Amino acid sequence: MSRVGAALFALGLILLWQLAADSKIISPIFFPSPGRTLGELYAQVTSGRLWQPLGATTLRMLYGWVLASFLGIVLGAAIGSSRAARDYLEPTLEFLRPLPASAIIPVAILFLGLSNGMSTAVIAFGSLWPVLLGTVHGFKSVQPELIELSASLRLSRWEVLRKIALPTALPDILAGARISLAIALILAVVTEMQASLPGLGQNILLAQRSYRSPELYAGIVVLGLMGFAANQLLLLMETRMLRWRAAAV
Amino acid sequence: MKGALIPVLLLVAWEAGSRAGVLPMDSFSRPSDIAVAFARGIGDGTILLATWQTFEAALSGFACAAIAGILCGAILGLSPRIERVVGPSIDALRPIPSVALIPLALLLFGFGLTMEASVVAFACFWPIVLMTTAAVRGIEPRLPDVARSLELSFISQMKKIILPAALGRITVGLRLALAISLVVAVTVEIVLNPRGLGYSMIGAQQALRSDIMYAELLWLGVVGWLLNYVLRKIL
Repeated sequence: MSRVGAALFALGLILLWQLAADSKIISPIFFPSPGRTLGELYAQVTSGRLWQPLGATTLRMLYGWVLASFLGIVLGAAIGSSRAARDYLEPTLEFLRPLPASAIIPVAILFLGLSNGMSTAVIAFGSLWPVLLGTVHGFKSVQPELIELSASLRLSRWEVLRKIALPTALPDILAGARISLAIALILAVVTEMQASLPGLGQNILLAQRSYRSPELYAGIVVLGLMGFAANQLLLLMETRMLRWRAAAV
Repeated sequence: MKGALIPVLLLVAWEAGSRAGVLPMDSFSRPSDIAVAFARGIGDGTILLATWQTFEAALSGFACAAIAGILCGAILGLSPRIERVVGPSIDALRPIPSVALIPLALLLFGFGLTMEASVVAFACFWPIVLMTTAAVRGIEPRLPDVARSLELSFISQMKKIILPAALGRITVGLRLALAISLVVAVTVEIVLNPRGLGYSMIGAQQALRSDIMYAELLWLGVVGWLLNYVLRKIL
């Protein structure tokens, strides 16, 4: 019952959009109807114009995110499992963390130019923090009894890391990685718009500049779908990788 | 004490490296020049003006989002039936990256405060709605019953019972949104809006004044850190 209600509500919103567009209170130059928007999206799919920018943005997002996840897990494991590393590094990281990631774009442009490397660096910097903090938190929360147990089993440092610390920290790491991916998409779009790199971000900005509003709205719809799909994929990954945990509890 | 070691070492190496000519001046500048640029920027008011412009947009967007978000969240939290109907539409809209709306906001409002604040408001709205919904749903279930049996109007129900009971978790959402508001405002300025700290930094970079750029970046770090610190103290 509630599903029908939810579908009706969503349809109602779209209908409202259509009516508002038809009434031309806002000029159709700025505010195309859902019909024109979806028509544009359909044309992009059938003519194949959509795939190249979609692929470019997806790759950009993934490069930065993979780099950030790798750095975040390695750094986070070091900081989370060592008191000394925490004392030396945590204050510096605390200062860097609230810095808006887009604020380092000018610095990145200065060093790397308007290039894909610049974009990857900015995305990696910005999406580093959730993974890093999640990993630190996960490694900190390993039960002391498990550490004692591993000492009496004479496990090596590497074995402790792989068999005890990493599985304990995994839920926190994955939760961080999911937030990171959302940030990576945002920064991919931002760097594309700022540095005119090919992709969906640049496309919607160009569409705006030439007042092709159906294309702009279609681009926003695609980006929304991308954000949704990315989140769902990682949620799926989380439930798969943490299946043993549900069984244990 | 130990925490200061790494930043201080980096600063010393930076200064020494640029004085020795190892680090190219045009991209690295040097800490002493950056300090001078910062003092000059504060002195002639340019940094303070830019900071005010950024905060103006961040705070006005945040305020709109807070009002709309708390209102919507309260309704969704009070009525699970409405939540079931509206929830999926919210879930469909929420993953849209806020920055994707920058061109749209530009198309609708042109350059300036309004377009920046509207993107900020969109970004801040979601965490506030979600936290408020969860907060209102989480309050003692007998409280709304009490409110109903006292025959309070919707507004006084809200004011006297629901909001005070849910305040703790709503403030968590507000704090999160406020941090987001500053980030999004700077981002919009960096991408295209010609005002505020973000635009000033991009301008400094393009004019090859890396000393000003770094001064403003560090200032932004301090401001962001201070904002977080103050929020944690008062909320």
